[in-house]
Amino acid sequence: MQYGDKVAVDGLSLSVATGSVTAVLGPNGAGKTTTLETCEGYRRPQAGSVRVLGLDPVTQRRQLLPRIGVMLQAGGAWSGVRAEEMLRHVARLHATPLPVQLLVDRLGLDECGRTPYRRLSGGQQQRLGLAMAVVGRPELLFVDEPTAGMDPQARRTTWELLGELRDAGATIVLTTHYLEEAERLADQVHVIDRGRVIASGSPFELTRARGQATIRLVVTEPFPPAAPASLRRTLGEATEVTAINSQSLLITGPADAHTLAKVSAWCAEHGVLPESLTLGQRTLEDVFLQLTGRELES
Amino acid sequence: MSGLDGLDQRGADDHRMPPPAPGAAPLLQQVRAQAAMETRLMLRNGEQLLLAVVIPVLALVGGVAASRRLDIDLGGRAVDVLTPGVLALAVLSTSFTSLAIATGFERRYGLIKRLGASPLPRHGLLLGKVIALFGVQVLQAAVICAVALALGWSPDGGWVAIPVALVAAFLGTMAFGSLGLLMAGVLRAEATLAAANLVYLLLLMGGGVVLPRESYGAAGDVLRFLPSGALGDGLRAGLVDGRCDAVAMVVLTAWAVVGAVLAGRYFKWE
Repeated sequence: MQYGDKVAVDGLSLSVATGSVTAVLGPNGAGKTTTLETCEGYRRPQAGSVRVLGLDPVTQRRQLLPRIGVMLQAGGAWSGVRAEEMLRHVARLHATPLPVQLLVDRLGLDECGRTPYRRLSGGQQQRLGLAMAVVGRPELLFVDEPTAGMDPQARRTTWELLGELRDAGATIVLTTHYLEEAERLADQVHVIDRGRVIASGSPFELTRARGQATIRLVVTEPFPPAAPASLRRTLGEATEVTAINSQSLLITGPADAHTLAKVSAWCAEHGVLPESLTLGQRTLEDVFLQLTGRELES
Repeated sequence: MSGLDGLDQRGADDHRMPPPAPGAAPLLQQVRAQAAMETRLMLRNGEQLLLAVVIPVLALVGGVAASRRLDIDLGGRAVDVLTPGVLALAVLSTSFTSLAIATGFERRYGLIKRLGASPLPRHGLLLGKVIALFGVQVLQAAVICAVALALGWSPDGGWVAIPVALVAAFLGTMAFGSLGLLMAGVLRAEATLAAANLVYLLLLMGGGVVLPRESYGAAGDVLRFLPSGALGDGLRAGLVDGRCDAVAMVVLTAWAVVGAVLAGRYFKWE
């Protein structure tokens, strides 16, 4: 997919199993929304093919739409409509919708039931958007950054709701740049960056399968430029060293005391004063950092 | 587990998400819901109501009073000549200005994109809008005709007046509605807001809507080919003279076709 001469999604290939939650994880501008909108039939792929529930999302859109639920990243209502009224309207377009009151209760929309859409907070608009996506009882749900702008309470409620929908048999595809969201919800995670899938797997496979740990080293003075390479030579081939910035390094490798000892020895030898040296399980954040050399959330 | 706990448990289960059961509602139900929603929102909007009812009624009452005070000759009793023009103004305000502004903000707020992913097909969305337009216009006509009758309006068109007026209003709605959608589908919401109001004001004063074309001197011959002049002509011919102005009907039909083709080609849904 190209916009002008910028390639947004390039040779991206992924498939989604029925009844699972798939997270498409990546930084802003990675191509998450373009990927989703291509599945929803808003965009025609310039190359390659897309099949959603076995249907072509562009040419067979009318057959596809009643079966899917879509939550856009923003907007999606009349500016003067009230939250409950909008939800009731979307419910009427479907054959066997959920009771509107059920979603109003679950997502706390009663607090803004009579407020016009344009005056809802960002989080309230997100909750309404989610309610509109699920009210038609879709078998496949596309949610684009569902919890962006939500407070922690609403975020937990959303995760619970999506988890229940999956347990009830729905398939869910979500984009996110929150790692916690992907780790909590997803059965399968695809990490994408610059329009390409750079890693796929369950959160467990991506973070822990190789028995690896991470060490974050933060020092008081900026490193000399050659420091990462020098440290890697000291630690051996099985280890990877990524510079996060001029004063911190991420070390990924075997989770043992030897590695930690070698890092301390290297610091002493090079006259570097550690400010903190933390050992932890690899998180998706570390995976992303290691794969791209960049942090996911700035 | 105590009895109370059991109750709590059941309460929580009732709130859990049931299994998927996707499907579209029957098209008729979808269109009815869409039309009802659009009508409700149009009537709720204060500015649009001002445009739809208050300005036309003021134009009628003010016009009749002014022609009495200033002794202006409109070629007939003022209320008889002005009422069809004010009805034409009501059609213009709703099917062009209100529709364009509402649709512009629907695009801005992503509503059209969102409904594009719902079971409601595009023709259902358009049909809903058209039904809402006619619904609001029926209410406008009722108010305007009541005021006109109170001012002594006595339509002379005879039995052909009503069908001719309905056809002219229908064609006018199609012409102005397609042009309004074209504007809303191409410009940004703010630009649509400004342009739709400006066009309304210009046509109100100089478009041959409220006042007969003859009042504009030589320019009147040009106005007959504008949708505004044609709609005014069509309604006046029907309601004042009891005849069908074929030129006006053809002009309105042509604008409707041109507007629909251009809107179909250039309307951007997002």
